[in-house]
Amino acid sequence: MQAFLAFADHYSYVITILLMVGGLYIVVSRSNMVKKLVGLSIFQTSVYLLYLEPAKIVGGTAPILAPDFTVYSNPLPHVLILTAIVVGVGTLALGLALVVRIHEAYGTIDDDEIKPQDGG
Amino acid sequence: MEALWSHLPALQIVIPLLGGVLVALVRRGSLAFALTLVVSWVLPVVSGLLLYQVLSTGPISYALGGWPPPWGIEYRVDVLNAFVLMLVSAIGAIIMPFARRSVALEVGERRSAWFYCMYLMCLAGLLGVAITGDAFNAFVFLEISSLSTYVLIALGRDRRALVAAFRYLIMGTIGATFYVIGVGLLYVLTGSLNMVDIAQRLAVAPPEQARAMVAALAFLTVGISLKLALFPLHSWLPGAYAYAPSWATVFLSATATKVAIYLLVRFLFSIFGGALDLRSLPVAEILIALSVAAMFIASFIAVYQSNLKRMLAYSSLAQIGYMMLGIGIANQAALTGGLVHLVNHAIMKAALFMAMGSLFYRVGTVRLTEIAGIGRKMPLTMGAFVVAGLGIIGTPGTAGFISKWYLAVGALDRGWWVLVFLLVASSLISVLYIGRVIEMAWFRPAADGLAEAKDPPLSMLLPLLLLAAATIYFGIDTRLTAGIAGEAAQFLLGGLR
Repeated sequence: MQAFLAFADHYSYVITILLMVGGLYIVVSRSNMVKKLVGLSIFQTSVYLLYLEPAKIVGGTAPILAPDFTVYSNPLPHVLILTAIVVGVGTLALGLALVVRIHEAYGTIDDDEIKPQDGG
Repeated sequence: MEALWSHLPALQIVIPLLGGVLVALVRRGSLAFALTLVVSWVLPVVSGLLLYQVLSTGPISYALGGWPPPWGIEYRVDVLNAFVLMLVSAIGAIIMPFARRSVALEVGERRSAWFYCMYLMCLAGLLGVAITGDAFNAFVFLEISSLSTYVLIALGRDRRALVAAFRYLIMGTIGATFYVIGVGLLYVLTGSLNMVDIAQRLAVAPPEQARAMVAALAFLTVGISLKLALFPLHSWLPGAYAYAPSWATVFLSATATKVAIYLLVRFLFSIFGGALDLRSLPVAEILIALSVAAMFIASFIAVYQSNLKRMLAYSSLAQIGYMMLGIGIANQAALTGGLVHLVNHAIMKAALFMAMGSLFYRVGTVRLTEIAGIGRKMPLTMGAFVVAGLGIIGTPGTAGFISKWYLAVGALDRGWWVLVFLLVASSLISVLYIGRVIEMAWFRPAADGLAEAKDPPLSMLLPLLLLAAATIYFGIDTRLTAGIAGEAAQFLLGGLR
């Protein structure tokens, strides 16, 4: 019971770490470049959760000064992650653009098939 | 004038950022180049004024948008990052004239405006990382510079440039994400993103937070080490440097890894140095072991390369080892040596890669076997190569000797004789790979295909000769380089627990 409660307490962190490790594993283990980018995106997205979890307070609102509200969530992590999402989208777009160019140049998007074409 | 003076830190970033946008709007090759040249030449004036201001009146704090730190983003200039800003912007200004012909040939007149746009974005990102006092802001700038770097590399002529850029994108993004994880942990611990504020809060943190601090330190170190290509996280660098357009390689080899090293130094010394007893953690041992491995393994691999740009890329990895060695030893002399090597290596490696760029411009190849006897055809280019090469080896009288001298003194201060021996031994390997090129270029009869070769036009030759001269100048008069590096080292070590 104790162990279950500890798990339930950190449930969101467990998910975050699973996504983090899973994403990184896909990047390392796949040779298909699009799949690599998918893994990379999962990895990056998991970090967004890492920032957002501590920022969320159940029942908390945006920090607006009004008599009805007393519990506020910290808005800063959300703003930071908004920036990180922009960076992530930019990276993904550039990565996909490169994959398109690589496909034009090599006729494949598989890392293992590209190496022999350039003589190892 | 007074108003402008106080906004210098912001101008350092705003000028290249706006310049990049303008260049993209202009689109015409020659006009784009002219704009880029103006921007590149204005920047060292700004960073020179900043450096002067810091040296005479101490650190500058600039609240961006008027929001006071630690709530708003702060640009904080102290002697260490004024030094790095000066390095990046000065190198950018010196090598810029080289770009026009080289880029027009390798990237094409039609695409060169985009190339310059990406260059200015990259420059803004690198300067931003150096100037910002906000850990998350540093991530954003890091990614601005990285994303534009991927594009710069992918614009290379060879299709392998695309693959190199893609691999760099994967590795670079993993590195940046590790960095964000580290910053996130620090944010959870301290509730702050301002570097000075984080350092102050960590210094008084309760002992049970030490474990989370070590985790943050580990993520940040690994993440930044990926960006600075510390052995064994270097796999992206050789391909990227070998297949990028020549001039992009010159710029990146001289600046990009240096800024990442600065960031690592900032975190290790200014933020964690005051909070954790770094000597009780194996940070120094790991850094020293990896640096020594880089010095030897990368140098050995360099000896067997036939593509000279690739050879110099491996040489860069070994030289990064020297810089990290100084950071690992972490006493006054060694840290001075590591920091001064940022400048010295930037000067020498930029000169070497520019010599390669000139070779490619005239001969169309950078393969060792195809340049036999080129020394007699392009005497000034290969002469500069010899001078800068001697610097890389660490011959007395060149800038490279100064860095290694400080490193050796630092190692001796700790009583680590073995390290001094390893320093000398690894320099001997660099004699092999530099010597191979010198032998081929100067002591062989000229190959048939090289009859038409001659030194490149003045706009390419002058920056090359200037940096070769600087290699010798900073080997003799070290007041400017080692002087400021020494002050920065003292400042950093003063913050240690």
